[in-house]
Amino acid sequence: MITIFGVPSAALFGQLLIGLINGSFYALLSLGLAVIFGMLNIINFAHGAQYMLGAVAAFLLLQFTGIGYWPALIIAPLIVGAFGIVIERTFLQWLYKLDHLYGLLLTFGLALIIEGVARNYLGSAGLPYALPESLRGGQNLGFMFLPNYRAWVIVVSLVICFGTWYAIERTRLGAYLRAATENPTLVRAFGINVPVMITLTYGFGVALAAFAGVMAAPIYNVSPQMGAELIIVVFAVVVIGGMGSILGAIVTGFGLGIVEGLTKVFFPEASNTVIFVIMAIVLLVRPAGLFGRGT
Amino acid sequence: MKKAIGLAALAALLLGGTASAQQINVKIGVLTDMSSLYADDTGIGSVIGAKLAAEDFMKTNPNVKVEVVSADHQNKADNGVNIANQWYDRDGVDAIADVPNSGVALAIAEVTKTKNKAFLASGPASSDLTGPKCSPNTIHWTYDTWMLANGTGKAMVKTGGDTWFFLTSDYAFGHALERDTAAVVEKSGGKVLGKVRHPINTNDFSSFLLQAQASKAKVIGLANAGGDTINAIKQGAEFGIVAGGQKFAGMLIFAPDVLALGLKTAQGLTFTETWYWDLNEGTRAWTKRWDKERNSPGKVPSMNMAGVYSATLHYLKAVAAVGSAKDGKAVVDKMKQLPAEDTIYGKSVVREDGRVLHPAYLFEAKKPEESKYPGDLYHLRATIPMEEAFRPLKDGNCPLVKG
Amino acid sequence: MQATSSPVAAGPVTVRQPSLLQRQGELIGFVVMVVALIIAPFFTYPLFLMQAMCFALFACAFNLLIGYVGLLSFGHALYFGWASYLSAHAAKVWGFNPEFAILTGTLTAAVCGFLAGSLAIRRQGIYFAMITLALAQMMYFVALRMKFTGGEDGIQAVPRGYLFGFINLNNETTMYVFVMVVFLAGFLLIYRIIHSPFGEVLKAIRENEPRAISLGYKTDRYKLIAFVLSATLAGVAGSTKAITLQIASLTDVNWPMSGEVVLMTLVGGLGTIFGPVVGAFVILAMQFKLSSVGEWVLVIQGVIFVTVVLLFRRGIVGEIAALFRR
Repeated sequence: MITIFGVPSAALFGQLLIGLINGSFYALLSLGLAVIFGMLNIINFAHGAQYMLGAVAAFLLLQFTGIGYWPALIIAPLIVGAFGIVIERTFLQWLYKLDHLYGLLLTFGLALIIEGVARNYLGSAGLPYALPESLRGGQNLGFMFLPNYRAWVIVVSLVICFGTWYAIERTRLGAYLRAATENPTLVRAFGINVPVMITLTYGFGVALAAFAGVMAAPIYNVSPQMGAELIIVVFAVVVIGGMGSILGAIVTGFGLGIVEGLTKVFFPEASNTVIFVIMAIVLLVRPAGLFGRGT
Repeated sequence: MKKAIGLAALAALLLGGTASAQQINVKIGVLTDMSSLYADDTGIGSVIGAKLAAEDFMKTNPNVKVEVVSADHQNKADNGVNIANQWYDRDGVDAIADVPNSGVALAIAEVTKTKNKAFLASGPASSDLTGPKCSPNTIHWTYDTWMLANGTGKAMVKTGGDTWFFLTSDYAFGHALERDTAAVVEKSGGKVLGKVRHPINTNDFSSFLLQAQASKAKVIGLANAGGDTINAIKQGAEFGIVAGGQKFAGMLIFAPDVLALGLKTAQGLTFTETWYWDLNEGTRAWTKRWDKERNSPGKVPSMNMAGVYSATLHYLKAVAAVGSAKDGKAVVDKMKQLPAEDTIYGKSVVREDGRVLHPAYLFEAKKPEESKYPGDLYHLRATIPMEEAFRPLKDGNCPLVKG
Repeated sequence: MQATSSPVAAGPVTVRQPSLLQRQGELIGFVVMVVALIIAPFFTYPLFLMQAMCFALFACAFNLLIGYVGLLSFGHALYFGWASYLSAHAAKVWGFNPEFAILTGTLTAAVCGFLAGSLAIRRQGIYFAMITLALAQMMYFVALRMKFTGGEDGIQAVPRGYLFGFINLNNETTMYVFVMVVFLAGFLLIYRIIHSPFGEVLKAIRENEPRAISLGYKTDRYKLIAFVLSATLAGVAGSTKAITLQIASLTDVNWPMSGEVVLMTLVGGLGTIFGPVVGAFVILAMQFKLSSVGEWVLVIQGVIFVTVVLLFRRGIVGEIAALFRR
């Protein structure tokens, strides 16, 4: 068996693969945050709570209507996305003219409400959500046993991430979105309904978070706090990647997942802090983030 | 003449009778976790335990008036200390019960000692509560880390699980649990092949499970609790750990956790508890009452909740014997003298270091097809007599123990 | 807060003297606060009041940064919590007298503030907030791992000790007076900072940083100093809290604590002198009253956040002040 730095290569590749899986979630979530921030200039602190809502929606759908994983992948994000649209119309739209910090504070408050209500009705222990039948089992790759579901996660995340990137950077609709971010008045003058675009963008970002939640439900513990634990790491990812860039969010998300996976092999106790340490280093060397553009 | 004597006798009886049956007021505060990690293993269920105990005791002792209050410490030592101080100083609480989370419990033990009240610890795990941090005002019911380590560790080695790999929560509680279990495993002739420490509240165990799998240890010891344990087991199922022939040993598992996991995932899990709702007629009858109070279908009581019931009952017995609840140490001393027995825990022994001895049971979670009715979760694999289940008195380093 | 006064030129930045009315208002407010603190222990549980004062100081320190420099630090628990830990450790393990324990904690907070501030100042606005949050979270995990913090158990049974070697702080009255003195001293220090040339530069930076830079001010340096001051005073609050409640735990460094101080300041009134104090007392009182229905505290805090941000951005004190200006 080949060993690299004292670790058997099998274990190393296994951990890398797992890091890629974690990275998928980081990428999906930071993508949603980046999209929302790009359009609305609001840091959606409620992103973690909305991720949790996606998982919970999947659970409730199964529990009360018997709707399983596959339909839930579409339905749950739609429901939570609609809820996001309601939030935008009811609360967020009043804040666009104010200092951006108020948006952060408002979504922080929303996150507390969502998590608190979820805790009250669902308890804190965590809810069971079974792996979908068709994705059970796994492949023996020789150096590790790769559960099918985890492979699925990687594939889907890559597809969604790059699909979103393509839509925003390469299509006409994406061009409108990007233009509206820079100069909403002018874009409006062209007859494009900017407020509707903003609302739908927020809804889309939220739906992305919820989608990640549904993906997480079978493998991570579905609990009201699942989002709160994740959101701060995602913030760090976003700071490292640079807020201005969609590609940055995706690449950094996957990249940091891998770095975290490696840390778990060589220095497991630091696996929680490594992303923050990297953030500190990046800030010293490149304050705008790896892919960011200016302040 | 006879009438006079008769009247005098009657008067004496009445006076003497009322003198010995004077009104005693007791207030018990159930300090628990109602909103986070341990809410399902303690929480409201524990409060019900105390209330049922108060009910039962007042039925047979009409001269004692028991009031039960409750509060949520949210797993924060600050909150716990704040509430305890308020309860003791302002609200006239005589005893605090439950307190899951060892950190909070240790703080409560301090406050209780300073204010000379009573601490009926049914929720926390740390064996330090009857070890170096023992106190004349603390009674530790239900379980502790030593008993868990000893029960599960020894039993698993005996049944063939002689190589271990630990998945440890990287904080004091996890370290202690791992240390105690490793010691037991090695003393029983087993070997610890390796360990990995994970941060508390880890979402993703895949990399740690991978290492555990690679070690080829027969048993993967989970020295963690709550969500971490559930996560590890859930993901273990995904990686085919159990299917691959390794077994999980949950060092700290409660019945509500097994319920939350679902038998499909939890099957084969081995762990030690001192109480199970379906153990005998007494436990079943009590659970029916508990269920009615809880009014939330599909829940099962945990050993901690039952422990709150038993501890409270025994405490009240001691209060009645002493005559008042005001002197915490006196009541606790009485608890150590009086024999402890009730319908759900059977006979228990309260030791001088505050440790309460119960027989311990090694349980294994059933396969889904073996579960005949809702709540039918465990096989009883072995019974450990109370003298062996808990740490010997002399090994505890408790300053209260002479010699 | 706008004064009807004549600007007095003092160097490149116009220093506006606060109006007589405003000064009078603040003086009255201060007197009322002191009187209230003196008589309150006869009506309310003194331990609660002491805790509230510590948090009030914490909120005032936080407010220095957001209210007067315009920087939202979402990770202030770092300084509060680590000061709390070091102070507790100093008192319990090293046997320091309380005043030295608090000093130790405060110094720790100052150092942390300097290091964190140096990193965070590189960005502005939201990025700044996120960086402070991430740094605080990192230090939370460090606290979790380090042995001396006691991890989940925290540092317990911290001795109150003898102030200056002879004043027994285990006496509730003495302790109360001590905490009150610390709080008022911190409060007055912040007041002095705000109403000083240095404070005026900070406000100028908040209003229009490019202009301040063009006037020749090294704004980054000013921001860093303000950051360190804010962190240090948060450290005083944390250290005192550890001695008062005799416990230091992970709660003190965790991000909900950072969120709470934001809530307190927001509710009380950002950028007002008394706002954070009022906010701290209100929020703590609410938590106390609701401790029996613990599950809803989170929701209620969230609702308050949302409501205040949408409708009552000026906070309690701010709204009252606005009423008076009519």
